[in-house]
Amino acid sequence: MTAVLAFYLFAGILLTAGTMVILSKNPVHSVLWLIVAFFNASGLFILLGAEFLAMLLLIVYVGAVAVLFLFVVMMLDIDFAELRAGFMRHLPVGLAVAAIILTEMLLAVGVWQPGAGVAIYGAVGAPPVGMSNTQWIGSLLYTRYLFVFQSAGLVLLTSMIGAIVLTHRQRVGTKRQNIGAQVARTPASAVHAEKPKVGEGVAL
Amino acid sequence: MNPTFDSIRIAGPEAVLTAGALVTLMIGTFTGDRGLRALTYVAVLILAIAGFSLMQAPAGVTQYAFGDFYVADSFSSFLKVLIIGAAAASMLLALPYLGDARTGRFEYPVLLMLATLGMCMMVSANDLLSLYIGLELQSLAAYVLAAFHRGESRSSEAGLKYFVLGALASGILLYGVSLVYGFAGTTSFVGISNVVAAAPARSLGILFGLVFIISGLAFKISAVPFHMWTPDVYEGAPTPVAAFFSAAPKAAAMGLLVRVLVVGFGAMALDWQQIVIFLSIASMLLGAVGAIGQSNIKRLLAYSSIANVGFALVGLSAATPKGIEGLLFYLAVYLAMTLGSFLVLLQLRRADGGPVELMTDLSGLSKVRPGLAAAMAIFMFSLAGIPPLLGFWPKFAVFTAAVDAGLWPLAIIGVIASVIGAYYYLRLVKIMYFDEAGVAVISDGGRTNGALIAAAALFCSPIGMLAITPIVSAAGRAAAVVFQVAG
Repeated sequence: MTAVLAFYLFAGILLTAGTMVILSKNPVHSVLWLIVAFFNASGLFILLGAEFLAMLLLIVYVGAVAVLFLFVVMMLDIDFAELRAGFMRHLPVGLAVAAIILTEMLLAVGVWQPGAGVAIYGAVGAPPVGMSNTQWIGSLLYTRYLFVFQSAGLVLLTSMIGAIVLTHRQRVGTKRQNIGAQVARTPASAVHAEKPKVGEGVAL
Repeated sequence: MNPTFDSIRIAGPEAVLTAGALVTLMIGTFTGDRGLRALTYVAVLILAIAGFSLMQAPAGVTQYAFGDFYVADSFSSFLKVLIIGAAAASMLLALPYLGDARTGRFEYPVLLMLATLGMCMMVSANDLLSLYIGLELQSLAAYVLAAFHRGESRSSEAGLKYFVLGALASGILLYGVSLVYGFAGTTSFVGISNVVAAAPARSLGILFGLVFIISGLAFKISAVPFHMWTPDVYEGAPTPVAAFFSAAPKAAAMGLLVRVLVVGFGAMALDWQQIVIFLSIASMLLGAVGAIGQSNIKRLLAYSSIANVGFALVGLSAATPKGIEGLLFYLAVYLAMTLGSFLVLLQLRRADGGPVELMTDLSGLSKVRPGLAAAMAIFMFSLAGIPPLLGFWPKFAVFTAAVDAGLWPLAIIGVIASVIGAYYYLRLVKIMYFDEAGVAVISDGGRTNGALIAAAALFCSPIGMLAITPIVSAAGRAAAVVFQVAG
């Protein structure tokens, strides 16, 4: 009973938050609603018994992605009045496209024949006895899904190289910290005693 | 033997390319951009090793690896030879350009190698998951390469445009993948084909997913109506990169499309045939008509690649082993023709230092550079499909396959589009041979590029007909394998 109540609570808030993400006028509010949505989605994962995925969702999406979004949204200087002007201008076309798509979907659903439940072929199933599901996910990633997992790593490497290629440049005239030179400084090269004459300054 | 080691042995080319990309990246970080030339040769050597490891695989045997995520058979080997060859050529042909355009950065061969790895994974994909990962690896490297000349706004614009549209296409593809998984219950091609064949009535959900998957892949081969990005990206991207885009990725995505459709959705051939026929007709006609008004050679070649994709799709429309054989043959010849045309462009430079991009820049080329003009004429005649040249035979093969499959109208439209297309190919020849010289043009490409041009021209000339028999027999074996799995 509690689980059912919790499900409807999480699912309801998730849907509301999701709607608010696209309805808020202020993008910062949108991102905040997105964070609420992530929290509730992770609640649903916990109800399913997938506690590792729930924590992953929080750490990766709330901890990193959403916060990054927030920074970007706050840093970008977006003129919302201008954006909204464009929105109103394109509204008729947008509505027409939406109406066409909606009609098509309704037509498709109209002839829909719901099939029998889909059998998931080669499904992995529950973890073996004595293994937590975190362990089970890890062991699957490194055995059955090794190829895809490692290839995903290569995709990330490529995007990293790409980001460096496109943005990194050697600027001339910048002063960089030279740690080697700093460490190699000795009292002899850095400190020297002066005996100033009375009434005169010191040339440094 | 340990199954993982066994799998790595089967996926030899990919393993070599992965290790090679990491090693060249490492060497590059230490040598910096000065090491570009040496690094390019190292990269070509690694591609050669990958090609050699391809030869090590037992011929005619289909091997699965990594729990059926990966398949190595004659089909993937045929395409991998094309891909690796085209990638090696794209690396070498970039050297003179990278040398003087102040864009010479050592990441070029590394990114090209990662893209090649992605393409090899694409043609060996046996599961929607590995399909997607391979496609993304290739695309991400391609986005960066398009914007490689970052000092120039056109190049950055091309990269950004390609990235945004490519991300959209990936999204559409993924949506299709999730629909297919939801309705079939599996992502493996063989599994999907079992589900599709067993279903008494075709499932609307799977059909929906299939349409989305085809749309996503049609973007990657730049088939109409998903071609919008092609002319802009080709025009904006550095010329060597445009040459690369027009060659290897087309072959890889086409191979992927064939494998998905024939192996995965073979039982739904009647459904996807209509879509492919539409893509094919639209690409042929738009490619032919759209090129007529162009004055920029890179845009012209972009439209030419759209039209050629249409012709290759004629083979897939037939959905017979003969058709796929024609498609593979077409790809092999098309790669040589398009790389050759781009090589000639790269070999030339205007006397005032600017790159040769306008068609009028080539006027009177036959008097200044008779050799290059003759090579370009051979490529153009071959692309137009004039009989004694090699470009005629693959067109003949795909049209014959279409006629054999009862698709008369498609073949007739193809011939008409081919005639329209001949107009602009021949116009370039006319400009080179009969117009008065306008802008002074100098040729300063390296000797390697000259040799590559000569080799490509020789291949496309009537002498290339000697190569038809081995290519066609290899393509025939490759096509048979795909249908074996499906059947």
